Amino acid sequence: MKIHEYQAKELFQKYGVPIPRGKVAFTVEEAEAAAAELGTLPVVIKAQIHAGGRGKGGGVKLARTAQEVASVAGSILGMTLVTHQTGPEGRLVRKVLVEEGLEIEKELYLSLLPDRATATIVLMASEAGGMDIEEVAATTPEKIVKVHVDPLLGLQPFMARKLAYGLHLDADLVKLFIPMVNALYRLCTDYDCSLLEINPLVITKDRRILALDAKVNFDDNALFRHKDILAYRDLDEEDPLEVEASKYNLNYIKMDGNIGNMVNGAGLAMATMDIIKLAGAEPANFLDVGGGASAEMVENGFRIILSDPNVKGVLINIFGGILRCDVLAQGVVEATKKVDVKVPVVIRMEGTNVEQGREILEKSGLNLIVAKDLSDAAEKIAAIAKA
Amino acid sequence: MSIWVDASTRVLVQGITGREGQFHTRQCVAYGTKVVAGVTPGKGGQDVDGIPVFNTVEQAVKETGANCSMIFVPPPFAADAILEAVDAGVALIVAITEGIPVQDMLKVKNYLKGSGSRLIGPNCPGIITPGQCKVGIMPGPIHKPGPVGVVSRSGTLTYEVVHQLTLQGIGQSTCVGIGGDPVNGTNFIDCLKAFQDDPQTQAIVMVGEIGGSAEEEAARFISERVTKPVVGFVAGLTAPPGRRMGHAGAIISGSSGTAQGKIEAMKKAGITVVENLGELGRICKETFGL
Repeated sequence: MKIHEYQAKELFQKYGVPIPRGKVAFTVEEAEAAAAELGTLPVVIKAQIHAGGRGKGGGVKLARTAQEVASVAGSILGMTLVTHQTGPEGRLVRKVLVEEGLEIEKELYLSLLPDRATATIVLMASEAGGMDIEEVAATTPEKIVKVHVDPLLGLQPFMARKLAYGLHLDADLVKLFIPMVNALYRLCTDYDCSLLEINPLVITKDRRILALDAKVNFDDNALFRHKDILAYRDLDEEDPLEVEASKYNLNYIKMDGNIGNMVNGAGLAMATMDIIKLAGAEPANFLDVGGGASAEMVENGFRIILSDPNVKGVLINIFGGILRCDVLAQGVVEATKKVDVKVPVVIRMEGTNVEQGREILEKSGLNLIVAKDLSDAAEKIAAIAKA
Repeated sequence: MSIWVDASTRVLVQGITGREGQFHTRQCVAYGTKVVAGVTPGKGGQDVDGIPVFNTVEQAVKETGANCSMIFVPPPFAADAILEAVDAGVALIVAITEGIPVQDMLKVKNYLKGSGSRLIGPNCPGIITPGQCKVGIMPGPIHKPGPVGVVSRSGTLTYEVVHQLTLQGIGQSTCVGIGGDPVNGTNFIDCLKAFQDDPQTQAIVMVGEIGGSAEEEAARFISERVTKPVVGFVAGLTAPPGRRMGHAGAIISGSSGTAQGKIEAMKKAGITVVENLGELGRICKETFGL
């Protein structure tokens, strides 16, 4: 789960990680009040959306006067911000963070995340702050200093020192940096963060270190033990169809194509999308109805897929293992009637009792096209896409 | 021969009294697996179809000589269940549970180091040696004993692959689902090593997907150490970056973890990579000459 920068900074504050003074605003009036409350100029006005690259997209601006606060906030609030992470359709800005402007001496980078390959929490720091870290890693890897923390052992003092000296911090700053790293590690492990990134982390002219930006993502699988984080969820930042699907416990991701598909199991679902593309059509979605795939799941799956007006046909690919194909076929027939599916549906089923299953589909009198195998299914659905 | 499980494997089931645990225990028993014990804290002394239930794994191992555990415990308690099995010295632990927090798994993975236990999963279908022993939720009848080792990160995609092999008349030595989570106990390389050393296994099918770099590392290992022919498949060519595709581990982060990158690495290692899943069985037949 993703949260906004201002929410991440609330968590930072709770853990004693220094941040600029600031306040979130939903309207121009609130932005003006926030700037007045800060009592300092210039202020920085930052669009709050769940995507990076906001500065380049024009979503982060400086306001030098009270008048500028109003005009800048007015220009950012309500804008459709397009960044490399939002896609071409962009994201509507509904709130801004108004922050004190700082005199910056140097920009650094710092992140913490679980590393799948080493099964550790990796802390990464770099003097090349403000840049895309992947680019830094590719072009100047020597500028990145890393430590790997065994979670059973926890962050050790020498590790925090290694980062501090790796960043070539002066002694006064090392003293500020080390407790900050400790606090961030605690935050990362207390809240099951899947990513905690500060880019840039800044050194100010008055010799402070602050998190100028804050990106914190959480492990969805751990949210059951962080009810307070769930309150941070912003449904405006998610695709409405995906939100709807999540209510039914369906794993749905919207794509740009016109062939809807419904598959049991994530790996098979990805492979099915791939095969649609190979046949010359484009998948409209990813939808995993779960290894079991009950009739109810299929029914909900239909509802979600068909809410996308681009969908011209649906491919159902189910490997019935322990769930028998005849039971599944019955479920598909009922769901098709109930949801009143108007587009052609190609079904490919395999597994236990597949013959009975196919018979049920063929005799249903519905617009259900039975495919004999995967390649056949892909060709049949591609033909529909082209029609 | 086979890898890790065979007719002599003695299985205990953690979470045997739950709905899933009970259902799949019955399926495994029906397949011929020796299920000797169950564990559910607080239900010690009861039984499931005559299989004795214990309060702790330690007790179950002591009383029944179980050497393999199959775990159906719900995600909030699953890491603890794995740790309990490691602590009791269970040689093979198969965690079916989906949805275990990543940071729980980081601890489990580090606790496993230096222990004598192997963990398969979590978030996996399990492991099966056809005709001998099924420890997991895969449908038994699609399998057939034979010479091909199968290793995969997926569930139903593995069934698809196995089914196609069986239709071509190609049986399997052992099929291992290593799971769709970012942090798992057994990786591709562990399986490849075991298949390379297993005399029954003559060829290997490796099924990967987007996310992480396990396929790339496996490809390197194959080019250096595996002499048996390998056919590979990678799911997720059409997956958009930055999105979790169902499996917690199936995510393209920035430019890493793409299907394209994995396929290239596998081809470079001399692996026959199948692009159209529908043709996997046929290509295996041609490549393996079986």
